[in-house]
Amino acid sequence: MGISATIYNTIFKRTSTMALAVIGSAFFFERTFDLGTDYFFDRHNEGKLWKHIKGRYQ
Amino acid sequence: MAATVGRICGAGLFKSNSLATVNQISSYSTTREWTRGRKAFLGSLGLLAGGAGALMYTLDQSVKATDLELHPPKNMWSHNGLFSSLDHASVRRGYEVYKQVCAACHSLRFIAFRNLVGVSHTEEEAKAEAEDQMIEDGPDDQGNMFKRPGKLSDYFPSPYPNEEAARAANNGAYPPDLSYITSARHGGEDYIFALLTGYCDPPAGLVLREGQYFNPYFPGGAISMAQALYNEAMEYTDGTPPTASQLAKDVSTFLKWTAEPEHDDRKRMLIKGIAIFTFLIATSYYVKKLKFASLKTRKIEFRPKNN
Ligand code: HEC
Repeated sequence: MGISATIYNTIFKRTSTMALAVIGSAFFFERTFDLGTDYFFDRHNEGKLWKHIKGRYQ
Repeated sequence: MAATVGRICGAGLFKSNSLATVNQISSYSTTREWTRGRKAFLGSLGLLAGGAGALMYTLDQSVKATDLELHPPKNMWSHNGLFSSLDHASVRRGYEVYKQVCAACHSLRFIAFRNLVGVSHTEEEAKAEAEDQMIEDGPDDQGNMFKRPGKLSDYFPSPYPNEEAARAANNGAYPPDLSYITSARHGGEDYIFALLTGYCDPPAGLVLREGQYFNPYFPGGAISMAQALYNEAMEYTDGTPPTASQLAKDVSTFLKWTAEPEHDDRKRMLIKGIAIFTFLIATSYYVKKLKFASLKTRKIEFRPKNN
């Protein structure tokens, strides 16, 4: 059995597992996506954001 | 993968499929029955009207050369880039400039002390800033208004109780509320910076009334606000040398923030938007090609029954 057939039989075939897969992957996708884009924004604005300078005042 | 991309793009992307549509449109066009003369007449009429419009527009533009307003030069703000945030250290210094200089005349009614938290001040600092100010509250159980130290939830107090009082104290000119000033003026923060640093002697022949000063960036030139920022006009708590241009730059950045407090979030969302929509558009393009491939490549055959 090929890899795609395995994936089909274990996940996509039943609605229950499919829904679980959608919810689970949405969670992980959003986490990594936010981390990645925020990392880019923070590096792009290194030293300018409040989180970079607040150490001086606490 | 490469084969898939090649199959999707190779045929479709570089070929013009719309020739058939163009042909169809032209065979339905009603101008085909027009005589040669009519076509020439209408064509030149259109050209004439368009030309006259363009001429009138340029003439009108040249007349406007009489206005004597100086447009502010564009500065290289550190928040100019598509993904560039405000410089929050500058916002913090700009708040000090507003508080020590501008607040004597200008209100900042739409900003509350709580807005400073996490932007330019810690919560403790913002609380201390609020407590420094006496805020009018009331009425108490005697029906009188009273003053109390500010709280985080209070908005910045105004220097004058109302517009009339402000005018009376400033030779009849009203110092506008600065909360949204960078959005309310052409040129935004560039204009504020140019205005604050642009005071100079009036040209010969220009008469200024009592309490007016010359500023080439102010429309009309005669402004009722005296130059507010000078070298060493105040001290920064972080030790930055307080030159007039530094003060002006910082207060302009601060006013940019007050007018667009969502500035940084907006640019953060832009990055997310670009990333997610690039992915989604690519996916939908692929799926569209995939689903249409079988439809577009099929042939319908007519087989008459020969019996
Ligand atoms: C002595 C009082 C006073 C102080 C201090 C003062 N201003 Fe003004 N400001 C005025 C008055 C009065 C006007 C209205 C001028 C007019 O309409 O001719 C004005 C107008 C303005 C305008 C509007 C100009 C326009 O295009 O209509 C801006 C922006 C401005 N001030 C910014 C500032 C900033 C920033 C500071 C602090 C660095 C400051 N002002 C300090 C009195 C003051």
